[in-house]
Amino acid sequence: MLKFRDVDLVGLASLLNDDERLVRDNTRAWVEDNLIPIIEDCAREGRFPRELLPAMAALGLFGATLQGYGCAGMSNVEYGLVMQELERGDSGLRSFVSVQSALVMFPIYAFGGEEQKQRWLPRLQSGEVLGCFGLTEPDFGSNPAGMRARARRDGGEYILSGEKMWITSGSIAQLAVIWARDDEGQIGGFLVETDRPGFQAQDIHGKYSLRASVTSSLALHDVRIPLGHRLPGARGLGSALQCLNQARYGIGWGVIGAAMQCYDTALQYAGFRRQFHDRPIAGHQLVQEKLVWMANEISKAQLLALQIGRLKDRGEAQPMQISLLKRNNCWMALETARRARDILGANGVASEYPVFRHMANLESVITYEGTHDIHTLIIGEALTGLAAYA
Amino acid sequence: MKIIVCLKQVPAKDAPLRLAAGSDGRATAIREDVSFEMNEPDAYALEAALRLKEACLARQESGEVAVLTVGPARAAQMLREALAKGADRALHIETPSGAELDSHAIAVAMAAGLQSENFDLILTGLQSDDAGYAQTGLLLAENLGLPHATIIMKIEPHAGGLRVKRELEGGRFQWLELPRPALLTIQSGIDKLRYATLLGIKQAKNKPLARLELSALGVSPGSNRLAVARLAMPEKTKATEMLAGTPAEMAAALAQKLRQLHLVP
Repeated sequence: MLKFRDVDLVGLASLLNDDERLVRDNTRAWVEDNLIPIIEDCAREGRFPRELLPAMAALGLFGATLQGYGCAGMSNVEYGLVMQELERGDSGLRSFVSVQSALVMFPIYAFGGEEQKQRWLPRLQSGEVLGCFGLTEPDFGSNPAGMRARARRDGGEYILSGEKMWITSGSIAQLAVIWARDDEGQIGGFLVETDRPGFQAQDIHGKYSLRASVTSSLALHDVRIPLGHRLPGARGLGSALQCLNQARYGIGWGVIGAAMQCYDTALQYAGFRRQFHDRPIAGHQLVQEKLVWMANEISKAQLLALQIGRLKDRGEAQPMQISLLKRNNCWMALETARRARDILGANGVASEYPVFRHMANLESVITYEGTHDIHTLIIGEALTGLAAYA
Repeated sequence: MKIIVCLKQVPAKDAPLRLAAGSDGRATAIREDVSFEMNEPDAYALEAALRLKEACLARQESGEVAVLTVGPARAAQMLREALAKGADRALHIETPSGAELDSHAIAVAMAAGLQSENFDLILTGLQSDDAGYAQTGLLLAENLGLPHATIIMKIEPHAGGLRVKRELEGGRFQWLELPRPALLTIQSGIDKLRYATLLGIKQAKNKPLARLELSALGVSPGSNRLAVARLAMPEKTKATEMLAGTPAEMAAALAQKLRQLHLVP
């Protein structure tokens, strides 16, 4: 196994403070020691590395940017670096942490009442409770506003019905944040324990991507929850999209990790693989072009992520900027993975190297949390003032 | 129990060693583009100290771990890492950038820095990963007039003092008893090292990190007793000779070589 070497062509480390570097190096060491040795097997077997949960919780990876409730209160840049290092290991594990943190803990933190926060956040932080986020439906992916899930009021309870699709951690979660329309037609967020009668989660099998994370479909058949399980601060689809904004930000950093791993593997491989006159293929012009393309795009992506992170830490990041980050960096990472795969030749399709796994993962990452095209339209609308979704 | 752990920041293990010609014609190691990390045996000394402290706290006794380094400004990052892992406070004896101190000068500086400290135990790594002299701990103990033991693998409180397991050669071990305070140098790999938690990294900001100037302790690079005479990359001393010719000629040439070297009669 090749030892990963940092990718920093532009002196990025000098733009990070001591804490940020420590967070990065510490997470990198943990990933190297704990995730890298098992991840290829997990991906091949389609197995979520559950055994890492206690250590991940102890490190403080869940809800790391939140204040209080046992959370670390990290800055957005520090959180981004954690995501980068996790995804350097695997997009599936990073996705799991994104969902637990940005899509489950964040909405409870941002939109929940104090009692809901006290009840759930410490248990989600410690990994005692795992969460999932139900927004996407079989017929409503890019257009969640059309959702069919309903929350009908019946005395002191809501009765939830509907179907949710492509739900990360769906079948291993004890708590689901379900988005559904109420009797007034308003979209709201509802906390649903997954052991309530009528709640069913089924895993989606046959994925060629994110094989080390669990993806499920959820079916809610008249699931009754107390009125107090509704998130009081969540008003309309905008609140759900606010959660996605958190997650998209983390993805924008995470994919840099996957790209760095692919690039570094290709660079090292090209250094020892010899073809034509016993010359390393790194000395061939076409290979250099690919390596330079990758290093160039990674460098730009790093600077973009850092700048958006600094804006976010000042409370100034706009959704359009986060779309810019998610769109550019996912594209960059996928293209980097494809080029790295190409440099590795036949070895690029084997699990001896991490490249094909990353490449397959990134096909999901460029699709979920707003496809590449949807982010194009978000940015397009911000630039022109004209929405082009329909 | 109050424990001091001495740490050194060294070039990362995978950092390439490159030499530059010095003005006096002697080579020096290029350190500018190298990344640095906590010396690995020192990391085990810190881990041992944190475990001793946790055992104290579990017995409802007081426990404190303070970390100490002699090094340039960049070494502060290593101290922050130690604080994030659970050390309670740090003392940084700051050296001028580029100043190279030998084990003796470092030990004298550390002893001076610890003048006003009360402690039960000092731990260091058994040696540094860069210079590898394995002297600093012993010289510090001698400067402070402390009993000491090296290459320690296990530490147990024992009748007001300590009982320690020491590694000898040939797979043998020795159990020793020492009074407190004492100094121990710790072997690498004796425990599983912990990671800093994200909460720990945040909390480290609020832990005390005291700075002392090296010159204020009356120590300078002029205090060195060791001078590096020459620094050079390892030279290749073995050469491979390829024998040419037909198999019979090559066999004859090989047989002759082996006879010349008295490897065959």
